[in-house]
Parts: sequence; structure tokens; C-alpha cells
Amino acid sequence: MPIDQQSIQFFVGILLKIVIVFVIGLLSPVSMNWVERRALAFMQMRLGPNRTGPFGLLQSLADGIKFAFKEDVVPLAANKWLYIFAPVVAVVPAFMATIVYPLGPKDIPIPFAASINSFVASLTGLQLNLSKMDLHVTSFNVGLLYVLAVTSLGVYAIVLAGWASNSKFSLLGGLRASAQMVSYELSLTLALVGVLLQAGTTDLVKIVEMQQGVYFGFLPKWFVFVFQPLGFMIYLISAIAETNRTPFDLPEAETELVGGFHTEYSSSLKFAMLFMAEYVNMLTVSVLATALFLGGWSGPFVSEFPLLAPIYFLLKVFFFMFLYIWLRGTLPRLRYDQLMNFGWKFLLPAALLNIFISATISLFAY
Amino acid sequence: MFELPIQQLIFLFLAAVAVFAAFNVILQRNPIYSALALIVTMCALSGTFLLLEAQFVAAMQVIVYAGAVMVLFVFVIMLLNVRTEEARLDRVQYLKIVTPLLFVALLGEVFFIARSVTTAAPPLVTKVGEHPYGTIENIGEAMFSNYLFPFEATSVLILMAMVGALVLARKRSTQEIETLGRILEDASKPAIEPAQPMAELEEKQHELAA
Repeated sequence: MPIDQQSIQFFVGILLKIVIVFVIGLLSPVSMNWVERRALAFMQMRLGPNRTGPFGLLQSLADGIKFAFKEDVVPLAANKWLYIFAPVVAVVPAFMATIVYPLGPKDIPIPFAASINSFVASLTGLQLNLSKMDLHVTSFNVGLLYVLAVTSLGVYAIVLAGWASNSKFSLLGGLRASAQMVSYELSLTLALVGVLLQAGTTDLVKIVEMQQGVYFGFLPKWFVFVFQPLGFMIYLISAIAETNRTPFDLPEAETELVGGFHTEYSSSLKFAMLFMAEYVNMLTVSVLATALFLGGWSGPFVSEFPLLAPIYFLLKVFFFMFLYIWLRGTLPRLRYDQLMNFGWKFLLPAALLNIFISATISLFAY
Repeated sequence: MFELPIQQLIFLFLAAVAVFAAFNVILQRNPIYSALALIVTMCALSGTFLLLEAQFVAAMQVIVYAGAVMVLFVFVIMLLNVRTEEARLDRVQYLKIVTPLLFVALLGEVFFIARSVTTAAPPLVTKVGEHPYGTIENIGEAMFSNYLFPFEATSVLILMAMVGALVLARKRSTQEIETLGRILEDASKPAIEPAQPMAELEEKQHELAA
């Protein structure tokens, strides 16, 4: 295979970008966990962790170190291999989804490209010609389906963790999780069909590009405003259920199941992996909500200053992440039969209605 | 950018994983392991579909089979707490002789068919952009034009299966339960006596309501 300069540059660029999204994925549990604990504490008239570092900012890091140094206990009755394997199944699909995050548009000029080129040339003798880059690792024509496929594998982690622990609380948590996630995955996917009908593509970058610009001088062309408000609400609710967060956190319901599927994972690195996967999954559904309904990186002055794009994007994603915390501080947990009734008898018909409306609009408007 | 060998290597790897996992599905005694092996097979098949430029089929393979159907399999195995399968000696004796024979016969058939193909074999993997059979546009077009009738017929079939399952699993009215109970009582004594007869419970409910 011929190795030329261009392919080296291509591979190094892709690898760099993968490292960047990986770091974003790794940082999200650390940072969002601090935000969650502080915000939740203020909502409940407490202070939250405020001793480790300024404003308690280093608390999550300290917790991470604690996880790494704690004794790793595998319960005697557990199925050892699956017990160890389950956290891996949680983390790998969660991080696989990060590569399609559409952080920004294609072909934006790299700042200080000339000086980087000359610096690399003086250091290694390699003649680079960096000038433009895409602000996403990759974009392909089944990007959205790829995310759905990869995240749908995450349910096995919870189910296997629950089953392999060989404890009644864990098993109940695992069973609840599998039933809940299959039920809500249906309405989540159907809610996205409306967007697909309107956009005519499943490429996340193209869907975001379609939502640039404004109507009547003030209304952004975001899909949440243009014909998909119902789809957005359905997506948001099912996404919360998919990620097992309050008010749909029945798989881990502390008050009845001790900790649900991760009861037997005793604060070791394996628990940290399950925990990290939960936050990366939250990040992924927030990224999807931003890209599909809130116009992704679009915002004022993006066409003049393209480097604003990822900032707008991450701000919108942060809004959704904060919404999760907000809901956790506001709503009580649903009862199990309420959860199932709501999913099957309300959300699913509403999602079907949304498809009908979107299809009718697409037929006449385009 | 890549020449064919790398794609062929990936194909061979995926095929090996798929065959190995498929053997594991039937060789494992623990039903959970079998189900997991089947999931691995699905994922490997999805990879081979990607090599054929059929991204949509690949994604659907994972979403539908690995992500939905197998979750239900695992759910049922866990819910019913299916134990590890134990070998039953009386049946195993003759199966031990018959199975290898049948397996060799099957392999022979496959070999025979493979030899009898005389036309030039299609390339192992297609070049990029050459045969985009598996894109969303092509599959959608085929499904709603040439294959419209089979598509609709299949959906009716699935709907019938769904309605059938609902009828079997539906909640029965008290009257129906009483009739069924009487029939069962006539046939044999029920194994578990209800803690309180239905009539008493209803009386209590009326009292509470009043």
C-alpha cells in the first residue's frame, strides 16, 4: 500500500479528532457530576461538595482516584466473567457513539495554520499543508442510524450486570431496565422519523446544515420550531427514560432496589465504568437533541466566525445536560405500571401521530 | 485509498468471528452464553454488510436483531431463570453418532454446490460506490415499488401474530375467570388455593367503596 504525505496527514488528523471527542467524553462524567451534585444541593437547600479544590471542583477527580484504589470485590456467587465483562459492554458502545458528534461545520479555516505548518516543518522536516478542517470526526450517510445501533447495545451492560451479580436487587434492576429500554427505544426512534422525513437524510452534519438561517428575520430554522415540536417533546421524554434518569430511574431506584443493577459493584473501577457510560450516554442523547432539533452549531455570527460553532454547540448540549439535573431535583420517580402505561399508551401513539403529521407536511411543503 | 487486501483481511476476520460465535451458540450449555454468542454473530454479520456497501442493512442488523430481538431473548431467559442445560444420557447416545455424520453430509452438500457454480464468481467485496444496493434510498425504492405486495403481506402477517399474542395474554373478566375456574375445578383440584375466594374480595371492595 503506498503511503504518501496526504494519507499521513489524513490519519493524523482523524486520530487527533478521535482523541479530542474521547477527551470530551471522558470529561463529561467528571464535570457534569460536579455540576449535578452542586446544582442538586442548591435545589435542596444544601451546599454540596465544596471542600476539594475551589468550589469543590476537584471532588470528582478525588472520587475517581478513590475508585481506582479501592479493593475490587467480586461477589462469590457472581458469574465472574460476565460480572467483569458488563462494565466493558457499557463503556465501549457509549464511546463508539462519540465519533459522529457534529461539533461544527466542514472546511473551516484553521487559525495560525501557516505557523503550525512551519513549526512542524522545522521540528520534523515534514512538509504539512494544513489550511482547513472539519469540526467532526466523520460524517457518513447513516450517521443517525449508527448512533441508534451503537447505543441500543448499551442495554446489555445493564442486563448483564444485573444478572451476573446474582443478587435479587440487581436482577430486578436488570429486568426492569431491559423492559423499560426496549419500550422507550420504540417511541424514541419513531420520534426521530419525523426529523428524517423532513430532512431527507440520516447524515447528522447535513441535518444540521439544513437548520441554518432564520425565518422572518428572527425565528431560527430549527426543527423544534419548524414542524417538529411534538417530535421534540417525545424525543426528550423517551431519551430520559433511555438513559435511566429521574423520573424514569427505576432500574436503579435507590429506595426500593438499593442500587438496582449496580448494587454489587462496590465502588471499584468497574462501578466507575458503569457510571461513566451513563454520563456519556446522556451526552450522546443531548448531542442528538441539539443536532436534530436545536440546529446544532447554528447561532448568530457563525458564518463570520466559524470557531464560534463548537461553542454554540456545546452550550446547547450543556443546556440539555442541565435539564437532566433540573428534572432530578424536581420530579419524583414514577411507579412501574405508570411508566409502562405512559410509554405504550401515550408516547407511542403520540409518536405515530407525529409521523403522520410530518409525512403530510413533507408531502405538501416540499 | 485502500487496496483490496485490507478489505479482504477485514472480511476474513469478521467471517471467522461470525462462524466461531455461531458454533458457540449451539455448543454452550448456559442459555445466556448462547444468547450472547448470537449477539456477537449478529454484530459480525453487520460488519460484513458494511463491507458490501450496505450501510442501511448493517445498521438495521444491529438495531433490530442485536438491539431489540436479542434483548427480549435475554429478558425471557433471565425472567424464567433458565438453568444450565444438562446432558440427558439416553438421547445423547445415538446423537453422538448421527450428528457428525449429518454434519459431514451437510459440508459435502455445500462443497458440491460450490463446485457446481460455473459462472464467474462475483468479487468477494465490491469496490466503493460500485453496487450501492444497501443504501436507504435503494432499499426504500425497492420496498415500495417492486416488492410492495410482499412487504404489505409481511406486515399483515406480523400484525396477525401480534393480535394473536394479545388475545392469548389479555386480561379476562371476572365472569370468564369464574367459568374457567369452575371448568378447572371439575377437571382437577387446583394446586394452589386462592387466599380468599373472589366473592369475598368483591364484598370487601363494596364495603370499602361504601
